[in-house]
Amino acid sequence: MRQALEGSQAIARAVALCRPQVIAAYPITPQTHIVENIAKLVADGKLVCEYVSVESEFSAASVVLGAAVAGSRTYTASASQGILLMSEVLFNIAGNRVPIVMTCANRAVGAPLSIWNDQQDSMAVRDAGWIQLYCADNQEAVDTTIQAYRIAERTELPVMVCVDGFTLTHTLEPIDMPSQEQVDAFLPPYHFARTLDPMKPISLGTLVSPDFYPEARHSHHQALLNAAAEIVAADADWCALTGRSQGSLVQVEGDADASVAILTLGSVIGTLADAREMHPELGPVKLIRLRAFRPFPTETLLQACAGVTDLVVLERALSPGGGGIVGAEVKAALFDMPNPPRVHNFAVGLGGRDVPLDIYPRLLQTVRSQSPRPFAVFDVDLDKLPAEDR
Amino acid sequence: MNMHTHTPIPIADLRRSQPRFQGIESGHRACLGCGEALAARLVTEAAGPDVMIANATGCLEIFTTPWPESSWRLPWMHSLFENTGAIAAGMEAALKAQGKSTKVLAFGGDGGTFDIGFQSLSGMLERGHNVLYVCYDNEAYMNTGIQRSSSTPHAAMTTTSPVGRDRMGKRHLKKDILSIIASHHIPFAASASVAYPSDIRKKVRRAMEIEGPTFLLIHSPCPLGWGHDGALSIEVARLAVQTGLFPLIELERGELIGTMPLRQPRPVTDYLRLQQRFSHLFKDDSRAREELEHLQALAERNIEYYGLKGNHDDPCDSEGADTVRRGGQRWA
Repeated sequence: MRQALEGSQAIARAVALCRPQVIAAYPITPQTHIVENIAKLVADGKLVCEYVSVESEFSAASVVLGAAVAGSRTYTASASQGILLMSEVLFNIAGNRVPIVMTCANRAVGAPLSIWNDQQDSMAVRDAGWIQLYCADNQEAVDTTIQAYRIAERTELPVMVCVDGFTLTHTLEPIDMPSQEQVDAFLPPYHFARTLDPMKPISLGTLVSPDFYPEARHSHHQALLNAAAEIVAADADWCALTGRSQGSLVQVEGDADASVAILTLGSVIGTLADAREMHPELGPVKLIRLRAFRPFPTETLLQACAGVTDLVVLERALSPGGGGIVGAEVKAALFDMPNPPRVHNFAVGLGGRDVPLDIYPRLLQTVRSQSPRPFAVFDVDLDKLPAEDR
Repeated sequence: MNMHTHTPIPIADLRRSQPRFQGIESGHRACLGCGEALAARLVTEAAGPDVMIANATGCLEIFTTPWPESSWRLPWMHSLFENTGAIAAGMEAALKAQGKSTKVLAFGGDGGTFDIGFQSLSGMLERGHNVLYVCYDNEAYMNTGIQRSSSTPHAAMTTTSPVGRDRMGKRHLKKDILSIIASHHIPFAASASVAYPSDIRKKVRRAMEIEGPTFLLIHSPCPLGWGHDGALSIEVARLAVQTGLFPLIELERGELIGTMPLRQPRPVTDYLRLQQRFSHLFKDDSRAREELEHLQALAERNIEYYGLKGNHDDPCDSEGADTVRRGGQRWA
């Protein structure tokens, strides 16, 4: 049955359906409603778990790490400055190969201070060694949260479920909440092979010399590459159970034979899909959404780009002094294609700047009127800047 | 009835019948005379096998676990430098959720406890997790090569508080961590010293019996960092107690409930002159004399504040409890 739920409320309920035993919570806008909703579920006796109200995001990530190695399924969530504060622990969780699921309610990173949505936070920790899945809408956020536990526990890799702050977390949508029976059938009880146990003592997180470090890094990299198959399998099995697929690694919609394609991550895809329907006169356009950013779905992306001559890469973050982050990775992936598309790379919607419907015709106009220029922040109003910064 | 009139207790038989548990095996890579290695062995022996350990980055973590070797006979995890309180809190929450009674121990050095890990420690104490946090206090960042921490004593020389024309070692006081811990009003907090092993055991057992957060600060000499012969570690640690510079105290819910009395307080110079880190205080220099007076005043302040001066010979005072010096005899 479909219910109108706020994104954060739906995510909280999805987490509860996964029966976590330890939850670490520290509030930060726009993640706060998620941990508030979970706290209420605990207070009402609808979720029985240890709810640890920590004193920082650094400790939130640390508490779930300690709990996961002690044998419990865990959950935490954060955003923006919180993601950066916990970044040292994020690397540590992944390097120790501990299955943890967290939500990143994507938000810009200060300075300048902004509480609004972009994806600079999760992009900043893309090298931490986590699986990163980006959600287009709140139904996907629900389904992906549940899938994430199965992926994490099968691969011994942590999963970050990225949902656009406010755009998703604070928006009411009709959501089909799965039943407890469905989730129980999909997700077996938590099992971690290296659980700490006084009867079988082991040492975790030890010092590794140069004799072993490259091997540890190689196996971590390999595990992430191999995780692609688990992401595909989780979505397929979930679809068999509920009838809903959430896009596996890469979701493609629109005109399959189009020579122009727009690629993006997260909820912006909804705006583009609506605009595309409103503007059939602008010709066939393919929409490509990277659901998985780590592991980077090179093979699936290349298939999606077959026949494309112009690829617009829209992203909601940047690497100052470098350019587009997603753009650079997409270009690197396309490098081995026989006839790679021209890539037009723009950052949009930074710090919560609206991404209006009319961005679609303007983007297509830009693409058709010029050969690719270097990465740019789209829609930037140079009149607001002093001359030397333009 | 006098118990001592019964048949003598067969001590040797009794000893053999006791299960011998060792949490840390020999063969680890600590320096000769390492106070921390000894203290950690004493703590884990007293705590027993039904524990789980969260260990901060530091010497203890490094010298016990060079992959693929480990000295630990206990379930053990090292995560980071500054999150040991939170890792332990997470372990405890998980064990609680699973209905298990395994006790969680958290181990950190003074850098990981007084400084970088202080926030997560405070959070863990405030939330009342059932964790025994043990700080092995060797009074500087020894793992990185002897840099000052907020636990380094006043006037001590380290590589980041060197002695020079304008400096006489560390300019600031040793942080009074126990008073800060006491302000959390946790059930039990205490200081101990490797020179008094039976006192460590007693305090660990006490903490193990409490369901809630407890804290133990163990003074652990570092021969390399303090600049003394490794054979003198116990002697140096004993003098820190006997001078009043490192008082052994017990706190319940923030209230002082016990101290180890000093039978005969020794002058601080007895302690300081054994260590290279204080050698600049023994030069013919007015600033050196001033710092010595300052350190003596700090010791006397401790003796007065904690009421350390014993009134009579006490089997549990700083001389009587000193079984190591007497070859294991109970008291002289």
